[in-house]
Amino acid sequence: MKIAVCVKEVPEAGAARRIDPQTKRLDRSGERTLNAFDVNAVEEALRLKESQGEAEVVIVSLGPQGALDSLRKALAMGADRALLVSDEAAAGSDLLATSRALAAALERESPDLILFGQQASDSDGAVLWAAVAERLRLPVVSQASELTIGEGKATVKRQTEFGYDRIEAPLPAVVAVSDAINEPRYPSLKGIMGAKSKPQDVVSASELGLAADAVGEAGSKTEVLALNDPPPRGESRKIEDDGTAAQQILDFLVEKKLV
Amino acid sequence: MPTLVFLEHHGEELQKGSLGVLGQAASLGDADGVIAGAGVRGLAAQAGGATKVWVADDPALAAPLPQPRVDVLAKLVREHAYDTVLFAASVLAADVAAGLAARLDAGLNWDLVGLELRDGALVGTRPALGDSVYVEVGWTGEPRIALVRSGTFEPAASGGEPEVADVAVELEDFSTRSAMLEQAHEEQSGPSIEDADVVVAGGRGLGGPESFALVEDLAKALGGAVAATRAVVDAGWYPYSAQVGQTGRTVSPKLYVACGISGAIQHKVGMQGANVIVAINKDANAPIFEFSDLGVVGDLHQIVPKLTELVRARKGGS
Repeated sequence: MKIAVCVKEVPEAGAARRIDPQTKRLDRSGERTLNAFDVNAVEEALRLKESQGEAEVVIVSLGPQGALDSLRKALAMGADRALLVSDEAAAGSDLLATSRALAAALERESPDLILFGQQASDSDGAVLWAAVAERLRLPVVSQASELTIGEGKATVKRQTEFGYDRIEAPLPAVVAVSDAINEPRYPSLKGIMGAKSKPQDVVSASELGLAADAVGEAGSKTEVLALNDPPPRGESRKIEDDGTAAQQILDFLVEKKLV
Repeated sequence: MPTLVFLEHHGEELQKGSLGVLGQAASLGDADGVIAGAGVRGLAAQAGGATKVWVADDPALAAPLPQPRVDVLAKLVREHAYDTVLFAASVLAADVAAGLAARLDAGLNWDLVGLELRDGALVGTRPALGDSVYVEVGWTGEPRIALVRSGTFEPAASGGEPEVADVAVELEDFSTRSAMLEQAHEEQSGPSIEDADVVVAGGRGLGGPESFALVEDLAKALGGAVAATRAVVDAGWYPYSAQVGQTGRTVSPKLYVACGISGAIQHKVGMQGANVIVAINKDANAPIFEFSDLGVVGDLHQIVPKLTELVRARKGGS
């Protein structure tokens, strides 16, 4: 069994994040790391590998060459190899262009199971898996809080606004896991040392058979027009409880005509 | 701008978020809706404001799974030349929207909190980087697809009854491979948190499940509903149906009272649409104070019962 995990390198959570006013793209010059939500997907792949006895876990990503540094964290956790689609022309890819590049890479790998994390921490995007599944013409299930594989099928417990569903999809399938699905392991020292020598392939868009205008801004159908400050909230008050806080809250609610 | 709006239903009701997006679309131009499900023809009458409502009624659409819905919407967009397709964000809608974008090679902008026409062009507003930047986004081609953050638009007060038309359902082979084994319906008690004017929410700061009684008492006194954070739902203190945040409900009440909630971004996205936010937390540095109208640093176990008494006394006496 082959499991592909699609991941993204994102700016470190603590790093001051900014959008470049010139390019209107996220400034990626600071410290970077593996998207935390994707770590849950890597962990789930490793757990499946352990329970299945035999499986290969391949990390697949689209990003600059330097993203290999972040992908190695997944290798250190126990994934077998990494495939990075990296191309100058792919910079600025939107959902549409990104899904094209990932689908092409996945087509080459033809895994039995494709996993995604629940969202990207930089763009807050939480939809990519459905676009990739559509391009690969595979079944897709998202918001998985439990995943079991057996008899050529994936069975998923899906969390929605209305509760928990149980959904079954034949393999190959695409599953996006939630961050509630597991507690990811930390890479061991041995794992970290061994990660460097694991296969890490970098392919260009054209090597995957993609036309130059299929990725990057040329392959995108959305654009950023302007960056603005958020609208100010009204006046904000903060008080310390000196024993009268309850009365002060009531007065506030009365003033706002809420009681 | 002929626009198609995906009208999501649950049980016998079209979702409030979908109707809000429909209302906004109708204010920008000609807006049709589409309902996809089994035995859903009767729901079309709820879609006031739509010019026409397409009904895709088929047993294969009974379960709320995304891929058969992509087939339905793609056919409508192709045959009727819709240039814009709008969705109110939900677990289902996000997967339908992204699948449709890939099918039609159409641009998708998500998490929009604003949608307007500027010189004839559609412009969306998307908060980014923890809502510290508001990004104006556009589309460089048609059709344009957008997911709107729930709670952004209120449903229009009323509208004429729409014309209803049936859609012939033709599904792709891969769209029907997933099967719903068990569809859960967690029943709610009390008013729905999405419809309530007042929501009182509890987080980890309550200390334990027994303290939810304080939250429930205050909610009852204020005539509101009870909500919870993901942390306490995952810990089993309160049922999932009350969860507000990224993977739970999005609420936009007139008043939101946050008790012992730190205000992590995952929670914030579910409640920042509230008109007035009152937060009680013992940690003076909790992020929730950054977006509260009234922040109270103190022990909720002392303050909340007192507040409940004061509200009861005022309501009883006036």
